[in-house]
Amino acid sequence: MNGDREALLARVTEALRVPAPLHHEKPTKPATHSVTAPFREWLPPVGAGAAEQVALFAKQSEVLRTEFLECPSPEAAVQHLAKLAQENGWKRLALHSGRLADAVAASLPGSLELLCIDGGYEKNALEACDAGLTECESLVAQTGSVCVTARSSGGRALSVLPPHHVVIASRSQLVPDLAAAYEYLAAKYGASYPSFISFISGPSRTGDIERILVLGAHGPKKLTILLVP
Amino acid sequence: MISTPEPSQQFHTDADRTTADDPRRAAVRKALGNYKVARGKTENAFTSWPHARDAAAAIKYEGVNHLDRYLREFEEKFTARGGKVFWASNSAQAREYILGLARERGVKSIVKSKAMTSEEIHLNAALEKEGYAVVESDLGEFIQQLMHEPPYHFVFPCMHLKREEISALFERELGSAKTDSPEELTMIARRFMRRHYIDADMGISGGNFIVAETGMISITENEGNARLTTALPKIHVALIGIEKMVPKLADLALLLPMLATAGTGQHLTCYNSMYGGPRQPGELDGPEEFHVVLLDNHRTRLLADPEQRDALHCIRCGACLNVCPIFKNIGGHAYGTTYQGPIGSVITPHFRGLQDWKHLSGASSLCGACTEACPVKIDIHHHLLHNRRNAVQEQKVWWERLIWFGYVELMKRPWAFKIAMRLAPLGQKMHALVLGTPLDPVGAWTKTREFPQAAPQSFHDYWQERKEARK
Repeated sequence: MNGDREALLARVTEALRVPAPLHHEKPTKPATHSVTAPFREWLPPVGAGAAEQVALFAKQSEVLRTEFLECPSPEAAVQHLAKLAQENGWKRLALHSGRLADAVAASLPGSLELLCIDGGYEKNALEACDAGLTECESLVAQTGSVCVTARSSGGRALSVLPPHHVVIASRSQLVPDLAAAYEYLAAKYGASYPSFISFISGPSRTGDIERILVLGAHGPKKLTILLVP
Repeated sequence: MISTPEPSQQFHTDADRTTADDPRRAAVRKALGNYKVARGKTENAFTSWPHARDAAAAIKYEGVNHLDRYLREFEEKFTARGGKVFWASNSAQAREYILGLARERGVKSIVKSKAMTSEEIHLNAALEKEGYAVVESDLGEFIQQLMHEPPYHFVFPCMHLKREEISALFERELGSAKTDSPEELTMIARRFMRRHYIDADMGISGGNFIVAETGMISITENEGNARLTTALPKIHVALIGIEKMVPKLADLALLLPMLATAGTGQHLTCYNSMYGGPRQPGELDGPEEFHVVLLDNHRTRLLADPEQRDALHCIRCGACLNVCPIFKNIGGHAYGTTYQGPIGSVITPHFRGLQDWKHLSGASSLCGACTEACPVKIDIHHHLLHNRRNAVQEQKVWWERLIWFGYVELMKRPWAFKIAMRLAPLGQKMHALVLGTPLDPVGAWTKTREFPQAAPQSFHDYWQERKEARK
């Protein structure tokens, strides 16, 4: 059962018989460095080198109220995570397995209960966790965003249900802009994309009451990004 | 004498009332003032906002003008990954499909994220009538649901409410304590909603974009409610207008930042998520079923009008409302439509009947601020003129024709014109007698403004006198 498919498509085809006039200019400059995203050059500038892009990511994180930390070593990331756990009184941390996540999880203090959700999870148990630790696909310098997918970041809920989301990423995962993030996904997955892709820009927020910014509307109240070499 | 259709009478009554509500207008103006500043800053961060607008318009033009091809491509890609597509010609078909699904799967509770299409087809009322509990999870929509009011603005649903009113509402409906902190109010809603995400067996969402190339839909939000709605329940239904089409996934690399900039002044909205099917093999969560309901509901009528087809490029950022002097004064509810503001005034006559909704084409100062604010370059204020023209062409108004006939006859005869000029000051004296009474022929004007005084001497007479004097 797919409804009024034939009738609807027929109406669309019939409606399009007369072409519409253009109200916009055809893109003027030819695509210089990108076939998939010829509009790239109109978006906010990103800076050339990796150092500039890390700096831009840090700047955007500040605007978005993301806690962004460049860690000199994986050990430093573990230390910071332990500090967060202590300061915020975490009891349970949910996480998925992965190269970066495993390295961190192995050296966390034993007092912190770990819930690895690789084999699935009980919704209430995940909701009761104080934080969720995930890896990501990429970090986008232009917008300060984290790109997560169902396959790289422990499914759909881990990065949104617990009140504190911690991302662990390596420096090589930083890309300049959204177009580059999409190019990376296309190259990695080909035609079989994960069923869920999301760009996360800062902790959950709302301005629905008098247009005043409040963090932690329904998703995480805090977002921490740890960048390791 | 004048046969006014019902929506137009309603519009005039409501607009009169809301325009007189000064405190409400001040609150709306303040909120929109903040928006303007934020938007300006973000727009300036673009290397070239005008070029970005052209590129965005080109993407939407391509999607809309080859809609049949892209709809087929979307369906093929989406179903290949286990998604189900339902094609709904009208609101009844869409409602029936979703209701049928809820019945068949034995759904008990439903959580919804923001979807203007569901307002359009009155989905909540239909579900509730059948006994399903439906909870709106977007904070603004949740507040409006508790208020039993439609959204005030299709991006900022409760921008007209003050915190005291929301606190009183939560006290009454949720039994929470009184507070004047927006943060505390948000947390009350957060706590209330958590259970619903976990218990719901169906999640209903809208969608901001349909991506043909990869068979995905894209949802833009700030709160995370749509992400929870589409992560935890075992069935996900997305209700989307067919015009939301973009050809390629990478097109979103432009459209997502532009939607955020024009919509709220953010560089990028907090969560921009793309969904391509239900949970796939090897993934550890996500819904078992994912249905996309593609809604026509008269969109093809607008599509068949090449002159105004670009109105379907709309990405519902709400920018045209935010800059509109009419919206700022009459507010969102007075329009009486699902889609308020300038873009709503353009598309509603196509969706719901030109003659019944032609009065909205007059709810404009034709300043063009809407057209200038539009990130995808819809020629909004000219379309309001097109609707005015089409309405008159389709159904001539006898008294307007009579007035124009009289005017033409008068202007063709210089002597008659001169007499009319002489009579004008006299007419004005007579006018004073009926001023403020129902007999006043220009009552709509004089109710709030002074009528201009006729000059004691016409320009023609003055010029003659001057010439005589110089001889």
